[in-house]
Amino acid sequence: MYRIIKKRQLTDVIYLMDIEAPLVAKSGLPGQFVITINTEKGERIPLTICDLDKEKGTVTIVFQTVGASTLELAAMNEGDELFGFVGPLGKASDLIEMSDAELKEKKVIFIAGGVGSAPVYPQAKWMHEHGYKCDVILGARSKNIIILEDELRKVCDNLYVCTDDGSYGFKGNVCDMLKEVINKEGKSYNHCVCIGPMIMMKFACLLTKQLGIKTIVSLNPIMVDGTGMCGACRVLVDGKVKFACVDGPEFDGHLVDFDGAMKRQRIYATEEGRAKLRFEEGATHHGGCGHCGGK
Amino acid sequence: MDRMKRTPIREQDPKVRATNFDEVCLGYNEEEAVQEAQRCLTCKNPQCVKGCPVNINIPAFIAQLKEKNFEGAAKEIAKYSALPAVCGRVCPQETQCEGKCVLGIKGEPVSIGKLERFTADWSNENNIKLAEVEPANGKKVAVIGAGPAGLTCAGDLAKKGYAVTIFEALHKAGGVLVYGIPEFRLPKDKVVAKEVENIKKLGVKIETNVIIGKTITIDELFEEGYDAIFIGSGAGLPKFMNIPGETANGVLSANEFLTRVNLMKGFKEEYDTPIHVGKKVVVVGGGNVAMDAVRTSLRLGAEATIVYRRGMEELPARAEEIHHAKEEGVIFNTLTNPTEILVDDQGNVTGIKCVKMELGEPDASGRRKPVVVPNSEFVIDCDMVIMSLGTSPNPLISSSTKGLETNAHGCLIAQDETGLTTRENVYAGGDAVTGAATVILAMGAGKHAAAAIDAKLSNK
Repeated sequence: MYRIIKKRQLTDVIYLMDIEAPLVAKSGLPGQFVITINTEKGERIPLTICDLDKEKGTVTIVFQTVGASTLELAAMNEGDELFGFVGPLGKASDLIEMSDAELKEKKVIFIAGGVGSAPVYPQAKWMHEHGYKCDVILGARSKNIIILEDELRKVCDNLYVCTDDGSYGFKGNVCDMLKEVINKEGKSYNHCVCIGPMIMMKFACLLTKQLGIKTIVSLNPIMVDGTGMCGACRVLVDGKVKFACVDGPEFDGHLVDFDGAMKRQRIYATEEGRAKLRFEEGATHHGGCGHCGGK
Repeated sequence: MDRMKRTPIREQDPKVRATNFDEVCLGYNEEEAVQEAQRCLTCKNPQCVKGCPVNINIPAFIAQLKEKNFEGAAKEIAKYSALPAVCGRVCPQETQCEGKCVLGIKGEPVSIGKLERFTADWSNENNIKLAEVEPANGKKVAVIGAGPAGLTCAGDLAKKGYAVTIFEALHKAGGVLVYGIPEFRLPKDKVVAKEVENIKKLGVKIETNVIIGKTITIDELFEEGYDAIFIGSGAGLPKFMNIPGETANGVLSANEFLTRVNLMKGFKEEYDTPIHVGKKVVVVGGGNVAMDAVRTSLRLGAEATIVYRRGMEELPARAEEIHHAKEEGVIFNTLTNPTEILVDDQGNVTGIKCVKMELGEPDASGRRKPVVVPNSEFVIDCDMVIMSLGTSPNPLISSSTKGLETNAHGCLIAQDETGLTTRENVYAGGDAVTGAATVILAMGAGKHAAAAIDAKLSNK
């Protein structure tokens, strides 16, 4: 049903897959996400759409192996079928809803951190295809986590690459890079879309607030159904409870309670850690996690 | 036999069942069912039928049971209900059919629910073919949501020869019957899957993983040639109290908790969805969903407490569920209202601060309004809080469909009798229209809409 048409390993921990899902490919828009389910007994994993091919009927997803389910997905191959693939979920990117006049006023900088490059890509591509300009900052801890560099370069006017350890591109984080671009290259922006690890989005938002640049972030909190039923994905935005699955996933980054959101991401850390160990160690796992007693 | 007394129903011992997910009620056997059926007076003007939202001819099916004609009884029920094994288990009979039973005036009403359950289980076990399908009439109907409303509507239309496709957002059909109501009240494989199979046998197609309003819109369904659409998309986003600490780790909605357990089966080793159950769990609310959540957490090893702002008498849950919960050891803290969730520096729940309440004058709903007792603040230690306060409607369909209007609560506007919405050929029913209510009311709405759709389309 939902066949893996293409699988590409982008780094040692990041994978790209094209999944056959014609209905989602037809209706999906940049900024939206899907839920994948590996097997009948699998969990529902939310992943932001990276690309869509309406003609081939495929949806591109990019994921990092962080737990048992993503490791299991990474072990699947071209030709294998996923048990479930549902979407598109959430609201499309603000940019897509804007009028031509509004978009012409926008000087857009995308900030992509690590695997966050995947959801940034379709938005930059959409801007490019519709004749609007944009720049992209692509940042990661180290060179081996830089993904989609060539793809992004093709769809933006200027691509700035940075790594925390200086192993590739500018040495520094995305905030350092943004300051560099603005101060040294004299660039100015009035709209930022920043997607990446929660901690990166938090600090990028602190900076863009100082700089007076409106900033949109895309959140990927814990979810179960993803359709507006369970409330697991709730997040405080401007002091109000919002549900990322139906109200988001994009929110005004200057209003998001990142500290609360980061705490919520750790809710199942223990259970997820155990499941990961079980997956990695398989039958040889005899309680090394110190919790399960070898069960 | 004392006609005023019910034939006792066998149940799992409370101490045993508090540690498993097997069904609490074991149901009648043939002998017990016939004995209970004998109690029915077969009234000329049966009040019980008036109490049933789908108007099952109750004396008629019970008359068949008296004669040990179980197949006849099943066929009699099938004229009115597509999900009798479900309704026999989860309907609030005490306020519906059984509440009106004449025997109930001086003694105990006939156990209509348990007789319905017996009949449906017997029929499923013996693979009785219950309904004939009329020849295809060439018309297509799309049903949104494979819950009680959608399944009922689809089943009724399929019997009349319509080509019906149900679109379900989740990966499994059943709606609240699979994600919400726990196994110990409603077995998933034995009952729900069977009832869904019965609907499919009528020719109904079920497409899972399709979200109407997102994957496909209502307008696109019409473009694809559907003649009418029924929306039974169910309730939506869980409500929270808006008290401090509510986004803490360890606070979750009953919907989330029950979905992780019932649909995703997170408590089973071989399933991947994580679930965390506290040692001391407080469930806030007093409805059927609250009882389901509290009894589920008890079964997963927690000390489980209900916190409800009105008194025991006012608990909106079914009497049977409250009785079962008490037997199993659930603690009831009634006339108690939370004011704050206490949290440690890691963001984990450590307790819930509450105030005592007392009942004042009746409010708009006719129930006595709870008011705070001054200086009554106290803390209940707990490491998990489950909010079971109801839901507000899901905006996915209404926000993506032109001409489909909602009321002030966000519920779809639909006519009582027909389910017709503000848009031509679009009907709706169940929680999407009423807000959170019961399985049987949703089924009633699905049934009425099916009749209205048939009337509309067959007149063309």
